[in-house]
Amino acid sequence: MSLMLVFEQILNGIQFGVMLFLMAAGLTLVFGVMGLINLAHGSLYMIGAFAAAAVANATGSFLLALAASLGVAAAAGALVEFLVIRRLYNRDHLDQVLATFALILIFSEGTRWLFGSFPLYLDIPDYLKGAVILPGGLQYPLYRLTIILIGLLVAIALYLLIAKTKIGVRIRAGENDREMIAALGVDISKLYTAVFAIGAALAGLAGALVGAVQSVQVGMGEPVLILAFVVIVIGGIGSIKGAFIGALLVGLTEKLGSILLLALLSSFLEPAQAKSIAMMFSSMLIYILMAVVLVVKPSGLYGRRV
Amino acid sequence: MDKAILQVKDVCKSFAGLRASYNISLELYPGEIHALIGPNGAGKSTLIKQISGELRADSGSVYFGNKNISGLSAAKRAHLGLARTFQISSLAMEDTVLQNVMLGALGSRGNVFRFFGPVLHDKELLDRANDALARVGLDQQAAVCTAELSHGQRRQLEVAVALTLQPKAFVMDEPMAGLGGSGSRQLTSLLDKLREEAPILLVEHDMDAVFALADRISVLVYGEVIATGSVDEIRGNLEVQRAYLGEEQ
Amino acid sequence: MSRERQINIALVIVLLTVPLWAWIKDEPFTLTLCTRMAILALAGVGLNIALGLGGLVSFGHAVFFGLGGYTMGILASHAQTYSPLMESPFLIEGTKSMPIIWLIATAVSALVAFLIGALSLRTSGVYFIMITLAFGQMFYYFAISWPAYGGEDGLSIYVRNGFPGLNTLDPVQYMVLTYALLGIALWFFSRLANSSFGLTLNAARQSPGRVQAVGIRPFKVQLFAIVISAAITGLAGALFADLNRFVSPTMFSWQTSGEIMIFVILGGVGRLFGPVAGAALFVFLEHQLGGLSEFWHIYLGLILLGVVLFARGGIVGTLAESGLKRG
Repeated sequence: MSLMLVFEQILNGIQFGVMLFLMAAGLTLVFGVMGLINLAHGSLYMIGAFAAAAVANATGSFLLALAASLGVAAAAGALVEFLVIRRLYNRDHLDQVLATFALILIFSEGTRWLFGSFPLYLDIPDYLKGAVILPGGLQYPLYRLTIILIGLLVAIALYLLIAKTKIGVRIRAGENDREMIAALGVDISKLYTAVFAIGAALAGLAGALVGAVQSVQVGMGEPVLILAFVVIVIGGIGSIKGAFIGALLVGLTEKLGSILLLALLSSFLEPAQAKSIAMMFSSMLIYILMAVVLVVKPSGLYGRRV
Repeated sequence: MDKAILQVKDVCKSFAGLRASYNISLELYPGEIHALIGPNGAGKSTLIKQISGELRADSGSVYFGNKNISGLSAAKRAHLGLARTFQISSLAMEDTVLQNVMLGALGSRGNVFRFFGPVLHDKELLDRANDALARVGLDQQAAVCTAELSHGQRRQLEVAVALTLQPKAFVMDEPMAGLGGSGSRQLTSLLDKLREEAPILLVEHDMDAVFALADRISVLVYGEVIATGSVDEIRGNLEVQRAYLGEEQ
Repeated sequence: MSRERQINIALVIVLLTVPLWAWIKDEPFTLTLCTRMAILALAGVGLNIALGLGGLVSFGHAVFFGLGGYTMGILASHAQTYSPLMESPFLIEGTKSMPIIWLIATAVSALVAFLIGALSLRTSGVYFIMITLAFGQMFYYFAISWPAYGGEDGLSIYVRNGFPGLNTLDPVQYMVLTYALLGIALWFFSRLANSSFGLTLNAARQSPGRVQAVGIRPFKVQLFAIVISAAITGLAGALFADLNRFVSPTMFSWQTSGEIMIFVILGGVGRLFGPVAGAALFVFLEHQLGGLSEFWHIYLGLILLGVVLFARGGIVGTLAESGLKRG
């Protein structure tokens, strides 16, 4: 195992983590403020990716595609919040899980109906192609570095939004006491729609960014959704900070876990055997991580006791 | 005086540096109603939870009979005969009144792990449950869904469930909370009769009820017991008046 | 007779008449659909114990469904190649006998449920939903990356396993077998719901603090509920694998967990015949809508959404309307 490989995997882990953070931020905000568990968040990720692919194919502009992913996902989010989600705020988690599971079915099949079953492709623009040589001599794809950068910028922007702005004050108030915020005279249903749309936009952006390296297809959202849930559960539901730390933990576990596990097993097993066992368990590592965190801290790392 | 049934010794508890209980000691003797009063936030509920086992004290101990129960779970303590009622009714709202008292009877008898026999045909449990309902005056409501009971009836049901445990002592957290005049009087006379069966540690805000019922009163302020004594002693205690009664009346 | 009881009886009559008609008309495909319905309903009856009676929203019941399936797959595949599962320290051979497979499937599911339940019950609320989901994903990925039994491609069993005295390859005989097991499970559920255990479990769902205050640890009761629940769902998994003569990691997937949940909710949470009504509707829609449109999941989604938003209590609950009473 070379040090360079580890370094590269760390960057990959951060890139993956940052992308998960874009997904997880919306989920955790929606849970923290409205108490809603939203399985359909993965559909918004998919919608963002499809919107970006469609716009990129029509105009050839990657920036317009990203803008479309944000806009369309936010609009879809606001619409679905208005039509369905707001009826679920006062329901128990079971109802929320089922209703949003139903939304997944509708969104997925609806997208398949509109775009067909074949994957679409979204290309990385020329100016983001190629590799950068990092200190130490590692060549790393520029596009992946860009994702890391965008993710960090979003994290900072979210931090500022919540810590410094008026809407942030309302969000924090809403997390602590829903009745108080209504008493403050804030139009709570508008606030909820706004929070939901922000979360949706971030999910859409993540979908578009990832769509450029993988293919854009129906069903792309659910695996990411589940990982995003793992992230917010590890971080503590409702906590943006927890989501950020959780996302990096999960990202690094995913990318580094298998090579570390292999190195560990190789120290006392034959190479072939070590490799097959490492293969078997590496895909489970994230879930093992989550189970361990929950067993030790039943409300996640930064969660409040619920 | 007889030996104390329940004894709290030097109990301390703090949350994140905030002192909720500080060196609290008190006793509950057979046949008495010992009222625990104090302003909001004095730490009454925290103390109750440490006695019933929902919270563990940081230091100090709780004795029940001759046994140190400080390390036991709430369920074990209940099983030993320490019955508590809740400030906010925590009944199974979808179940009938009878099912709620049956649960109490079942808990005190043990062997919950029966999967086949219909529990509502269990004669022994039924007798115990109906008996408890009759004593609080809810026997006519046995088949009613708990959610349909009035607030006062729910308070009575709370007491009935505690009765089914055939307890050696009661710990009651504001049983009168939210009751109107007649409801409160009714419950007062019920508790008055209960003390013969098992002594009651009574946390209560309703001063009429406290003065009518209590044999002894302890006053809790900022997590400390500032005075313990008979009703008259407490009424005459200047420190208590300053700290508490003065602001209330 | 209560409204719910009338509905249950009507449901039983329909679900018995349809296969009878299919048998007389010689329509093996309809018989297979009925078998599928019965098996899925059985999985739902299992979940209904944890979810309906216990209020434990397990989003990981696919674990047990899959374990049942793989128990069947592994035992039968060894039997069909005449190679033992292991030779030391003692010999374990495969088997093609359903009763033995069922026994092992329920035992394995129960054992795993004990471990998963003990860990998961440390959490509650959303965290419980998520940790059970995580366990499901663990098994899913393990099944995919474990090459010994087909990995991602799954495992085919060529001949359906046998049951003493029956020809299980005859659709009607296998159907009768699954109906019988479903019947037993329903009987068990109704006894359980009204037993001491059921009363306590029900109370632990509504007010855990109360249960503790009468001297019972809710944890024990809930853990036991998960174990029983898993055993039944595991049995359904073994039957499902035998119906298809195929097992694959899909049985462990979170969509499978979601679907088992759907049967319970569509039909009516905590109601005796809820999972039966739910599974029947699911299989009916899958067949009817699947024939009409490639995109039948849209309609399933809309129906599910409608039930959650407007018909709380599911089909049985809504029809029974009067029903405050459960079971």
